Amino acid sequence: MKLGGLLLAAAALSLATASGEARRAMPDVADDVITGDRLPRTLEEYGFFIHADAQVPTLGVVPYRLNTPLYSDGAEKLRFVYVPEGQEVGLGEDGLLQFPVGSAIIKTFAFGEGEERRLIETRVLLHRADGWLALPYLWNEEQTEARLAVAGARIDLSTPKGEAISYRVPNKNQCKECHGLDGAVTPIGPKARNLSAVWLKEHFGMAPKDAGVMPVWEERASASAEDAARAYLDVNCAHCHRPGATASNSGLDLRWEQHDPIAIGIMKRPVAAGRGAGDLLFDVVPGKPEESILLHRMLSNDPGVAMPELGKSTIDEEGTEAVRKWIAGMPDS
Amino acid sequence: MIRIAISAALLASAAPVLAETHSIEPGDGAQERLQEALILAEPGDEIVLAAGRYHITDGLSLDVDGVTVRGAGMDGTVLDFTGQQGAGEGLLVTSDNVTLRDFAVENPKGDGIKSKGADNIVYHRIRVTWTRGPHEENGAYAIYPVESTGVLVDGVKVTGASDAGIYVGQSSKITVRNSIAEANVAGIEIENSRDALVEHNIATRNTGGILIFDLPNLPVMGGGNVIVRNNLVVANDTPNFAPPGNIVAGVRRGTGIMVMANDNVLVEGNLLSGNPTAPIMVIAYVQPYDDERYNPLPREVVVGENTIEDGGYDPQLDGADMLKAAFGGELPPIMWDGLGSLYVSGDTPGWTLGLTEQGKGLGDAQPAPLAAPAPAADFDETGIGAPAELDERLG
Repeated sequence: MKLGGLLLAAAALSLATASGEARRAMPDVADDVITGDRLPRTLEEYGFFIHADAQVPTLGVVPYRLNTPLYSDGAEKLRFVYVPEGQEVGLGEDGLLQFPVGSAIIKTFAFGEGEERRLIETRVLLHRADGWLALPYLWNEEQTEARLAVAGARIDLSTPKGEAISYRVPNKNQCKECHGLDGAVTPIGPKARNLSAVWLKEHFGMAPKDAGVMPVWEERASASAEDAARAYLDVNCAHCHRPGATASNSGLDLRWEQHDPIAIGIMKRPVAAGRGAGDLLFDVVPGKPEESILLHRMLSNDPGVAMPELGKSTIDEEGTEAVRKWIAGMPDS
Repeated sequence: MIRIAISAALLASAAPVLAETHSIEPGDGAQERLQEALILAEPGDEIVLAAGRYHITDGLSLDVDGVTVRGAGMDGTVLDFTGQQGAGEGLLVTSDNVTLRDFAVENPKGDGIKSKGADNIVYHRIRVTWTRGPHEENGAYAIYPVESTGVLVDGVKVTGASDAGIYVGQSSKITVRNSIAEANVAGIEIENSRDALVEHNIATRNTGGILIFDLPNLPVMGGGNVIVRNNLVVANDTPNFAPPGNIVAGVRRGTGIMVMANDNVLVEGNLLSGNPTAPIMVIAYVQPYDDERYNPLPREVVVGENTIEDGGYDPQLDGADMLKAAFGGELPPIMWDGLGSLYVSGDTPGWTLGLTEQGKGLGDAQPAPLAAPAPAADFDETGIGAPAELDERLG
């Protein structure tokens, strides 16, 4: 069942020649640290990794990917989930995996290829008895340690496309701006529709009927323009633009399962967009991407206009192209 | 960082928490120190910002209930966002029972201070200013409580917002008073909200002074139970500088107090002067809409006794010259579109567009003098305004 993890672990052990703080014998995940009431100061305290700098997870920490991922300035993202031994994973109404108390979701952001790869931050979501807690950990220059950074940070770096940016590590509150739903922190990514059916079956013995229905981003050319764009908008926008979340007051609901045209922005007037609307009148104008506020804001880098507000400082050329194609192909009303 | 261990110990014992004061000084690392204090504060704590200018490059946020953020005066402590690189507002509050007082926010790239789902919030002697004055690239809202129950805005000063200076949206139990809104598109706007009291404010040099709106296709609709009383609404003559897509972009320069698509609104005791389109305007929502839950009409709107110096002497309306000529050189002070229900006490004259259907423009108007009935009963003020206990946090 956890074969992938075992293989990785074995590979890692055979490679374990270097020494350093970030490298240790295969640790046990520290369940008491996950469920305790402290804010652990270093990532190491959790014991998620054998080689943290190489992002080699320990036994029980399972890597995964999302079909359509969130855009983060082109960062490479390494995702892992940990579920305490013997615990069951359930399925929520919207297909969000329901991880039991004691679980953790781990996401590391890295820039650079191969030897040049540099880990920037690792974000963890801990499921404690009183709910989920989101914490950001910032990697040091030497790549030996990631320390808690509740106030976040800014780091100068280059994106894969060569753009020099001031990368924002979110603070603890900003974690909640995206992960907040009805006032509580919640995971966003791991929904059945955006996960591999094979992975779900293998690791959690689940077979939800809509598993993996969102297009795999690299293969979106074979999906419909609508599916590609709606998957992108769901993953990149709907954690705020949905009822009960940060941008609920906009009335815009970009979830995959929302089918009301006005709710997803078609001929919907903005509410509190302010100067974000530019000279435009509607969120989405069928057939006219250049007149659609939704795309206008995604194509901006200006704080106060740019969407999403958090988590990126460059324009996603691929994502905006998918949205442009969808709007352009809509029949005029 | 010592505080982390302390807070953990307190959480573990669930003992009553002793309020603590976190003092922040301007200078190197002020943003990080302030944001860390905002995160690590416990309910009941006070974050005290020493006088000075704080250069902030990212949005700040507070998500802890019962915290007070106190500066050394709205001209003494300035959070300067001129170099802001990210986030949609200067300060975001998402927790209940928060008090913000005695500091300023300057030049945020988006909104000034937004509080969302933040019940029983107090804004006291806060200033939000875009220092270059009216400009379409200024942020939308200066003070922006939304989706909240219990909002007290007292003694604030807002200048330059490209939408509304003080904007309260999708909320209830609201008081906005003793405040100055100058050179915004809308000075004060109460939108999709109930039980709001707007009194003793000054709204001047905005495009429109005080707006009471209800809009369709929003999670919270059905605005009403609003009193606009004893405000000074003077010289709202700034040309509209809102980006075109926003609802306030349609507000005509020279609008004093405007009621659109609301239920049960009282406008009385205000002093209106120099509002050249219409000192008081009562209309239906003007755009086409598709929302069965929405009522676009103004209903049970009462215009009581107000002191009005002049009427629509320079209205920004199609056919202004013909209209002015028809009414003897100046439009009467109350403008109604003829839809919904309007009551006027006293002898303030008005005019009606005589529309019979929502969504029609001036082209279908049949202008005539207003003959509105007097209100049949006293306005029921029960339950209007912020909860009285919020007053205890002032002083």
